[in-house]
Amino acid sequence: MKKLLKSELFKAFILSIVIFAVLMIGTATSFINSYWQGVLILCGINIILAVSLNLAAGYLGQLTLGHAGFMSVGAYTSALISIYLNLPFIVSLLIGAVAAGIIGLVIGIPVLRLKGDYLCIITLAFNEIIRVIMNNLEITNGAKGLIGIPMNTNLVYVFIAMIITIFVVYSIVKSRHGRAIISIREDETASELSGIDVGYYKVFAFAVSAIFAGLAGGLYAHYYTVILPKGFDFNKSVEILVMVVLGGMGNLKGSIIAAIVLTVIPELLISFSQYRMLLYAIVLIAAMILKGTGKGEQIMERLSFFKKKDEVKPE
Amino acid sequence: MSTPLLKTEGLGIQFGGLKAVDEFNFEINKNQLFGLIGPNGAGKTTVFNLLTGVYQPTSGRILFEGQPIKKANTIKITKAGIARTFQNIRLFKEMSVIDNVKVGLHYSHPYTVFDALFHTPKYKKAEAAMQEEALSLLRVFHLEEFAESKAKNLPYGKQRKLEIARALATAPKLLLLDEPAAGMNPAETAELMETIKIVREKFSVAILLIEHDMKLVMGICEKIAVLNFGTVLAFGTPEEIRNNPDVVAAYLGNEEEG
Repeated sequence: MKKLLKSELFKAFILSIVIFAVLMIGTATSFINSYWQGVLILCGINIILAVSLNLAAGYLGQLTLGHAGFMSVGAYTSALISIYLNLPFIVSLLIGAVAAGIIGLVIGIPVLRLKGDYLCIITLAFNEIIRVIMNNLEITNGAKGLIGIPMNTNLVYVFIAMIITIFVVYSIVKSRHGRAIISIREDETASELSGIDVGYYKVFAFAVSAIFAGLAGGLYAHYYTVILPKGFDFNKSVEILVMVVLGGMGNLKGSIIAAIVLTVIPELLISFSQYRMLLYAIVLIAAMILKGTGKGEQIMERLSFFKKKDEVKPE
Repeated sequence: MSTPLLKTEGLGIQFGGLKAVDEFNFEINKNQLFGLIGPNGAGKTTVFNLLTGVYQPTSGRILFEGQPIKKANTIKITKAGIARTFQNIRLFKEMSVIDNVKVGLHYSHPYTVFDALFHTPKYKKAEAAMQEEALSLLRVFHLEEFAESKAKNLPYGKQRKLEIARALATAPKLLLLDEPAAGMNPAETAELMETIKIVREKFSVAILLIEHDMKLVMGICEKIAVLNFGTVLAFGTPEEIRNNPDVVAAYLGNEEEG
């Protein structure tokens, strides 16, 4: 197990270096043009969002619909710091992420007493509250959007942030803390009676999830240079949740692949102009249907780079 | 044997107007095998829920190792040394068999999130120790070959055993088993009896057993309490219980013709 963990991490490390090298060579030789660079950056940001949401929704099993809210906290905080305080990009990114984490903590403590549908609704409400606040504050420039954010985000930053996110979530999930989190999803009472502090781990997973949503928000703000409150509405939260659901709850590889697929497909469909969202919806429905049959899993399995171990199946 | 491991004094809980458990007095000594029997709805599982802090008693108190358990809190109770299994198996179904046990080992092998992120020696040591302990626990129940399969894929009897293994992982002094033989065939029940005996010897743990299977209870328990309508009807050795006319009338009488 220990060796396997090591080798799995090692494989992932090698793979990420290879991908990074390919991306760097691609951009240097302008094989990847600036348009596709943009798509790749968006892919990276979406991977961060999907992987971090998976910790709360997939592993912890608490269906939340407020991920875009945390993203916007990170985006606005880091953008305002960049504009007014002129701090280094990394510092403003980190402050944005921490701010989102703190909001996650503050929201999480009361909200995580609720379950299921109620939690969904209340996180949705939180998302709306954040949006309305951003819409009405002077400093965020309201609905006109915050402009003049320095364009600091590039492929390197996004790639590194993405690797860190995946590594952190993976490490948590594979540790005793991760087992505690998953056991809460499986059976809260049994988990508590096994000595797990259910309340603590719920808030912990929720806050970590929020931190990385904030990080993604910061990267997003410093790439587009303009952020609007309506960019972080309910639809955005659902979009992220769809990635997690499509990739499989509690499946990191799945989240990564689903985030890439769901980012790239709309770009590929761009030539269909107004039919684009229609086709996107059809692809989504097809993917969901395929997922249930196991065909989707087979395809994912083939796409994924680490082979799943064969399970010992008792009769 | 001076202070009993667990003692209840006038323990009771009321749901609205219904006294589910009332004036429940009993004690278990270290390493004792204790049976709790009674007709359906007698309040047996409610007693378990009171002992593990799932319910708060409305009257009386629970003494564990002579110390009263104040303001019942499940985690504190688990850490103090009471573990349980459930009538309807409650495993972490999607987790592997060994991870189920490792959840039980969670608090005895602490390391921080930062240890996990940076794979520090502390993390590696704790994980290695957990792996070893979990495997040796699984070995006791002959489950080691299924260590990596999902808990939900285990056959029924093995799921029961895994639940006991998980409970033992919290290093309890008292193990509460809620109908461990429910849904088992006679062969599986016989095997379970052996397992329970082994568990008590190997882990030197007291066991409180709720069971409908009279053969199992009479066969292995040293003391038995009979519960009826939330109160203790009789208390004694299997022999005494078998010959108690009240018990026969309330409970065993209906069983025997089957």
